[in-house]
Amino acid sequence: MKVLVFAEQRGGEFRKAAIEALCEGKRLSSGGEMVAMIIGKGAAGIARDIAGFGPDRILTVDHPLLEQYSTEGYSAALEIAVKQENPDAVLIGGTAMGRDLAPRLGARLGVPVLADVIKLEWTDGMLQAVRPIYAGKLLMKLRSKARPGIATTRPKAFLTCPADASREVAATPLAFDIAESATRAKVKQIHSEAEGTIELTEADVVVSGGRAMKGTDNFKMLEDLARVLGAAVGASRAAVDAGWRSHGDQVGQTGKVVSPTLYIACGISGAIQHLAGMSSSKVIVAINKDPDAPIFKVADYGIVGDVFEIVPALTQAIKALK
Amino acid sequence: MNILVCVKHVPDTEASVKIGADGKSIQAQDVNFVLNPYDEYAIEEALRIKEAKGGEVTLLSAGPEDAKKSLRTGLAMGADKAIHLVCSHNHDTLALAKALAAVIKTLPHDLILCGKQAVDYDEAQLGIMLAEILDIPSVSTVIKLELGDGKANAQREIEGGIEVVETALPAVITAQKGLNEPRYASLKGIMMAKKKEIAEARCSEAEGQIEILDLSYPKSRSGGKIVGEGVAAVPELVRLLHEEAKVI
Repeated sequence: MKVLVFAEQRGGEFRKAAIEALCEGKRLSSGGEMVAMIIGKGAAGIARDIAGFGPDRILTVDHPLLEQYSTEGYSAALEIAVKQENPDAVLIGGTAMGRDLAPRLGARLGVPVLADVIKLEWTDGMLQAVRPIYAGKLLMKLRSKARPGIATTRPKAFLTCPADASREVAATPLAFDIAESATRAKVKQIHSEAEGTIELTEADVVVSGGRAMKGTDNFKMLEDLARVLGAAVGASRAAVDAGWRSHGDQVGQTGKVVSPTLYIACGISGAIQHLAGMSSSKVIVAINKDPDAPIFKVADYGIVGDVFEIVPALTQAIKALK
Repeated sequence: MNILVCVKHVPDTEASVKIGADGKSIQAQDVNFVLNPYDEYAIEEALRIKEAKGGEVTLLSAGPEDAKKSLRTGLAMGADKAIHLVCSHNHDTLALAKALAAVIKTLPHDLILCGKQAVDYDEAQLGIMLAEILDIPSVSTVIKLELGDGKANAQREIEGGIEVVETALPAVITAQKGLNEPRYASLKGIMMAKKKEIAEARCSEAEGQIEILDLSYPKSRSGGKIVGEGVAAVPELVRLLHEEAKVI
């Protein structure tokens, strides 16, 4: 089978979700062909960073109007690639960019998009997927009856394959042009968080605080724990609604869905809507004063007690371990 | 300004959803349905724009008969009109977007707002597909919107920051939590909504290209162990995480 994979990069760095999509695309191609596509300034120069994940070819688009992300510009470029390559499937990592780009591309091609999928396979040559619905309360198995089958992959739902450092792959520029007037929504600016802030959806470890934190300052304690673990810091809806953390830190149904190896829930009761955002974590630790808190029903390990005593002790103990 | 808002009637996020007998849909009879929470941000934004700049807010919903209830909720918040496309349950978002576009093309529209996603299928696709079919720009997951003359500045959340996007109008904007604080429908609003018109429009549904095979329950996590109480339990927790779970 032939799979085209859009490999998202920002500032010359490929997103983890892009690597996951490349690996899954390679697996799905089942010995056929996996073609990767990079859009952005200096695309050809960074192509080697993904060669090790198995693409048979790498297409690049480096156009002045596409230096910054643009929904219309990027979907136009992908459309050209699809028409040229005629793939059976197109995979796009389900990041903020990917989930904006894929539906635009799908509508442009007149095909549906299987969004935020956690599993992919072929049936009768058509793309079939499993995806969470109702905030993960149920799973839906569905398939596209159109070609190409387009899917956005949920970050961290697919494995990152080992890179073959010796692999060399030719990067070919895609013949592409676009008029200024065709990109009617343009990124003017990006406000970035502090350098080194770990993105929640990509983190291997997440430390999260809830209502029991009682204020912004108390999150510092969680940041200290996060630092020794190399973790990202999340928050429950209660903490965000109270103004203690920004919405970008929210884990849950109306926040972000995370899938880390380790999730430490501090002073979080475990409402259904919060679980929707973290129940696919590999290991869950809960720290809560209330032994009947619902979070203990899903946690692998729990400590009943005061977060303000336990978290600093935990930080010290982990430091000692390392 | 003529502002359109696309809304959806969905199960309450508190609802416990069970798989129905056909294995492909949920048991809807025991479930409380409401206006999609993300659509509330979209309606609120439309109302604020109308209050600032004048104009009219029209709601649209493509769905079964019950969708009229959520349209009434939106009218009670302050929208002026509503249009219900009576569509059969079609899980093909592209087909629904085409049906909505067919109606929207007949209406004056300077701005189209939708919630970023519907909390039933969590696809986050309708608004963006709609924009492509209407051949207008789109900006998704917007947390702040400022309108100018024939254009708008939108801030959207991306990993590690905020993207500031300038877009020509008309455009589709999908609303993320935090865009505003939606108002509650006042008693007066609810009474007035009863007099507002919900027009019905034809749902010209294209053939669906999605086949639902089945629904299933995710593997449930069985609760693990309470390691202990208080600070005294910390060493054991660390040992378990290191030796048993092997995550640190």
